[in-house]
Amino acid sequence: MSNKKTFIDPLIDNNPITKQVLGICSALAVTVKVEQALVMTLALTVVVTLSNVIISLLRKYIPSSIRIIVQLTVISTLVTLIDKVLEAYMYNVSKELSVFVALIVTNCIVMGRADAFAMQNNVKSSFFDGLGNGIGYGVILILVSAFRELFGFGTLLDFRILPEFMNNGLMLLAPGAFIILGLIIWAQRSLTSYVED
Amino acid sequence: MKNKYIFILTISVLCSLFLSLASQGLKPLKDKNIEIDKKKNILNAVGLDITNLSNSDIDNYFSSNIDTLIINLEGIINNDLAVSDLVSKESNQSGEVKYYNGSAEYLPIYIDKSKDAIVLPISGKGLWSTLFGYFAIDSNNYSTVKGITFYKHKETPGLGGEVSKEWFQKNFIGKEIYKDKVLNSVKVAKAGYADKENLYEVDGISGATITSNGVSLFLKRDLERYQNYFMRKINEQ
Repeated sequence: MSNKKTFIDPLIDNNPITKQVLGICSALAVTVKVEQALVMTLALTVVVTLSNVIISLLRKYIPSSIRIIVQLTVISTLVTLIDKVLEAYMYNVSKELSVFVALIVTNCIVMGRADAFAMQNNVKSSFFDGLGNGIGYGVILILVSAFRELFGFGTLLDFRILPEFMNNGLMLLAPGAFIILGLIIWAQRSLTSYVED
Repeated sequence: MKNKYIFILTISVLCSLFLSLASQGLKPLKDKNIEIDKKKNILNAVGLDITNLSNSDIDNYFSSNIDTLIINLEGIINNDLAVSDLVSKESNQSGEVKYYNGSAEYLPIYIDKSKDAIVLPISGKGLWSTLFGYFAIDSNNYSTVKGITFYKHKETPGLGGEVSKEWFQKNFIGKEIYKDKVLNSVKVAKAGYADKENLYEVDGISGATITSNGVSLFLKRDLERYQNYFMRKINEQ
């Protein structure tokens, strides 16, 4: 696969959320507001890209019996680092999101890509794969959060768009995210007529 | 094969070394952020617009306008102690923070001379976590609320997390905590059900009933600790 294809493929056709159904947990938790989704996207993209690069650099030396441990060590180091950097430079954002940033360690996308892609491919394509998957995850996160913020709070990035009486409390709770995520997956699969085996 | 043990050991040591360095290197920035954030929140509670203030403006305002007092539980001021002499202990069950010097319990108070406000630290349990904040009342009558802020909590962003948003906090301004000389505190009602004319209740957060109830509960509890001091001050006037 060319680097361009490696990058584009996870954006829509092989999207980690809608196609592989990974990372659902954080897609439900941090999609109440667009701002949170944006920061989460940024944090996850950095982690998955860097972890892919590092794992790919080490791929020839990692003994296969302990590869998961090595991957987890690298990923948790990166996540802790991001958390520290946010605390030092974006204190206000970190106050709201630090719980979820710490949970990137358990996000299946990061480990999934490290194990399934970076272990077999060179550094350059691992970099693009990480970038693509991070952004592909982000696109869905931002889409879901835009719906939830618009119908739950009547705002987008804190600008009021709908009047306050139209606010729908369901959108703010996890079931709201489930419903929207389900609708997005359904729309994508019926357009591409993809069927799970 | 011994190789893999050496490999994982090397990776772990390298990673932890790297993280310790990063953590130590970034710690001064983080500590400064926490200190500025605390000052910002005290100033925010008295109703000062801090959006355009730089960190050094905040330090300056704080040192020229804010007095810090330490009182004991009877409400008597202790001039020998500073905030840095107090050791704070958080209760795991209620989230109440108590301040000790040795075995004696004290309470800190921040007084804004230019705005006639006194600021008290408040804390207690919400749904997931302990919420920490400040509560400001008018120092002329010790009853009218000047503001409330929360600076640390782990409530759900967008739900309980809304306690740190302006719309929730500004509802408190102008409410009263004393009703016929009895401490009544301000109650957080069900979302949308608070009577705007009622001086003793504010609207809660929809989808965050437990956080809202928690705020009502610990606000009253923490204010009760300062009652002796309020009473002394009111009698002096």
